[in-house]
Amino acid sequence: MNVKQFASDNKSLIGLLLLMAIVSVINANFLGVDNMLNILRQTSINAVIAMGMTFVIITAGIDLSVGSILAFAGAVCASLIGMDTPLVLALFATLLVGAALGATSGVIIAYAGVQPFIATLVGMTMIRGATLVYTEGRPISTGSFDVAESFYQFGAGYTFGLPNPVVVAAVVLIICWFILTHTKLGRYVYAIGGNENVARLSGVNVRAVKITVYAISGTLAALAGIILTARLESAQPTAGLGYELDAIAAVVLGGTSLMGGRGRIIGTIIGALIIGVLNNALNIMDVSSYYQMIAKGAVILLAVVVDSRGKANG
Amino acid sequence: MSALLELKDIKKSFGAVHVLKSVGLEIHPGRAVGLAGENGAGKSTLMKIIAGIYARDAGTITYKGETVNYTSARQAIDDGIAVIHQELNLLPGLSVAENIFLGREPTKLGKIQWDYVKSESKKWLEALKQNIDPAAPLGSLSIAQQQMVEIARALSLNAEVIIMDEPTDALTDIEAKILFEVVADLKAQGKGLVFISHRLAEIFEICEDIAILRDGQMVHTGPTAEITENDLIRHMVGRELSDQYPFVPAKPGDIRLEVEKLSAKGFHEVSFSARAGEVVGFSGLVGAGRTELAKAIFGANHVTSGTIKIDGKAVTISNPRQGIANHIGYVTEDRKSEGLIQMHPVGSNMSLTGIAKFTNGMGMVNRKSEEITIDEFIKAFSIKTQGGASLVQNLSGGNQQKVSIAKSLIPGPRILILDEPTRGVDVGAKREIYSLINTLKAEGLCILLISSDMPELLGISDRILVLSSGKLTGEFSRDEADQESIMRCAVAGQ
Repeated sequence: MNVKQFASDNKSLIGLLLLMAIVSVINANFLGVDNMLNILRQTSINAVIAMGMTFVIITAGIDLSVGSILAFAGAVCASLIGMDTPLVLALFATLLVGAALGATSGVIIAYAGVQPFIATLVGMTMIRGATLVYTEGRPISTGSFDVAESFYQFGAGYTFGLPNPVVVAAVVLIICWFILTHTKLGRYVYAIGGNENVARLSGVNVRAVKITVYAISGTLAALAGIILTARLESAQPTAGLGYELDAIAAVVLGGTSLMGGRGRIIGTIIGALIIGVLNNALNIMDVSSYYQMIAKGAVILLAVVVDSRGKANG
Repeated sequence: MSALLELKDIKKSFGAVHVLKSVGLEIHPGRAVGLAGENGAGKSTLMKIIAGIYARDAGTITYKGETVNYTSARQAIDDGIAVIHQELNLLPGLSVAENIFLGREPTKLGKIQWDYVKSESKKWLEALKQNIDPAAPLGSLSIAQQQMVEIARALSLNAEVIIMDEPTDALTDIEAKILFEVVADLKAQGKGLVFISHRLAEIFEICEDIAILRDGQMVHTGPTAEITENDLIRHMVGRELSDQYPFVPAKPGDIRLEVEKLSAKGFHEVSFSARAGEVVGFSGLVGAGRTELAKAIFGANHVTSGTIKIDGKAVTISNPRQGIANHIGYVTEDRKSEGLIQMHPVGSNMSLTGIAKFTNGMGMVNRKSEEITIDEFIKAFSIKTQGGASLVQNLSGGNQQKVSIAKSLIPGPRILILDEPTRGVDVGAKREIYSLINTLKAEGLCILLISSDMPELLGISDRILVLSSGKLTGEFSRDEADQESIMRCAVAGQ
């Protein structure tokens, strides 16, 4: 592989490195170990959600319900911990709730033929509503049992010197990468996004695969909800508002096509890091949060334009 | 006489593949030049360069005495160069008239002049003797009718140069004949034509000149009168083709497939049986229900009544997955939208249907053994590609067809349904596909062959069944079958 080919295959990575280089020139503290770990930790929640989103987007779908699932799962998890449920059981049950919510969207999409945008928009609204009903609009504390402390450690502690959320995200990355590149399910995910009709005639159980990808997305959204709840020691009913957009932005920045059939999980991680670095840089440069949104939007636009120009020429 | 359009030393590469190596071509007013060549020879690429769709790497194009450098198809069209593409480039959701005027809708104060669009569309369709409602959605038309709409669209551009890339591929003989009359008209009006076809007889019928491309080089150009069909084939393939249809007599085995009073959308109460080691040909006009029958057996279309038996046992097949599980392979007639994922590599396309063969109980794909199988098929079928990682969309039609057949073979089918396997495939690749069919037959596969190419069907089938308007109207042994009796059955139920 020559340099030019490498550059065109890894535009998002080059973008990330470029961004980091610029920021480190402007602010010397940026490249410090503490700040790097900080960025990784801040990015991990979006990265976990975005990895689930990657599966969905490769099948040419979209999942707008992840932010709401995050909030609902967080509330469920906080109550379970508050009831002194064993940690593993509480985590497992919460992930199952996320999987079930995602699979429900999948069933609606696969069997009722509803457009993913609409089906998950409905899911986003209803699940948010359910969260508000369940929490009565108030935060749910994880309580004061011993399990609450180990739960807090799950979100705030360190393993091998890395913040736990980063370790979780890394494990999820390896699993997702393996599924997409080394399993039959992964092949089917790409095939459905590439051409659903061809996939069906090739014997792919299109409905089952679609339900599975939305279940994966829901599970990872719930996992993000667990991490957030653990760190805050409480579940907020409005947690995860707008997270679906950050996740979609990370996927697209990572070079995955919204048209489906193409994409890499590692690209999504790079996309999430670009957003994370940008947030961090704007913070350490003391840019007002109002301007941050404008700057973030502009960078995403720039990245996507550069990427699509490359595709049109190639 | 000076040329209307002249190409000199045109070169074009895609990556490391030199598709065109210094190609020249002249298009004269009032004449049609027939462009022949195997799939992958570079015909479509050359035409796309003329039409401004691809940029050339080197060479000059002179149009009406001036050098032109089109950077978009729009510019070429505005200059009077129109192309009828091999693959339909129409939008099924829009009406016929909207398709014909797409991108150049006449407006008055920003409002589209629909009455004019419709009446003009009707005019051009009538010139093609087509009684098609311009307001009908394009998707409701048959493929042949859609092709006629595509032709009407090109005619309505009033172009000086018209390039026809396999225009008759999807047409029946009747429609093809109408097209040839139109071609004669266009020549009389002094237009310059390029006609690409795999049906060599058509080139001899309507072209004054013949140009032959082989492996990206122009190996022959000259008047049609000075070349014979045999010479033409020899130039195309660079070797002699002995007998076109290498039939191998069958020693049919046991009955493998029995279809009893099967009904579904497109056909009614069809019964037949097919043996192991037998090629059963299906003849019929466009719309006779052959593809629908094939898809129903495979599980892609819903069966309303009747039974299917394999090896004497009744089977339930309600989706392609079950079809494949019952050892049925189906190679679709529509590679682009049903056969292959164009944006994906050759390898993952080829292994998709049979991916279970390379998968362990945990769902893990053994990529090494997968790759070995893919490479074996690429080699065995002489698929012209840089390897399993190349994208399908960069392959020629014939090579895509080989990938499609390989794909259906990997799961190890016992019944193979080939739906128009040689459509859009050049002479050399056709012969390869015929020998492949013979090999598979010898291995004991039960093969159902749907083809609209009558000589081909007669040439390689052991038995021929004829469908007409969804009903079985005839059955012929190889010895009884001839074109006339088959055609009589094919029009019987009309």
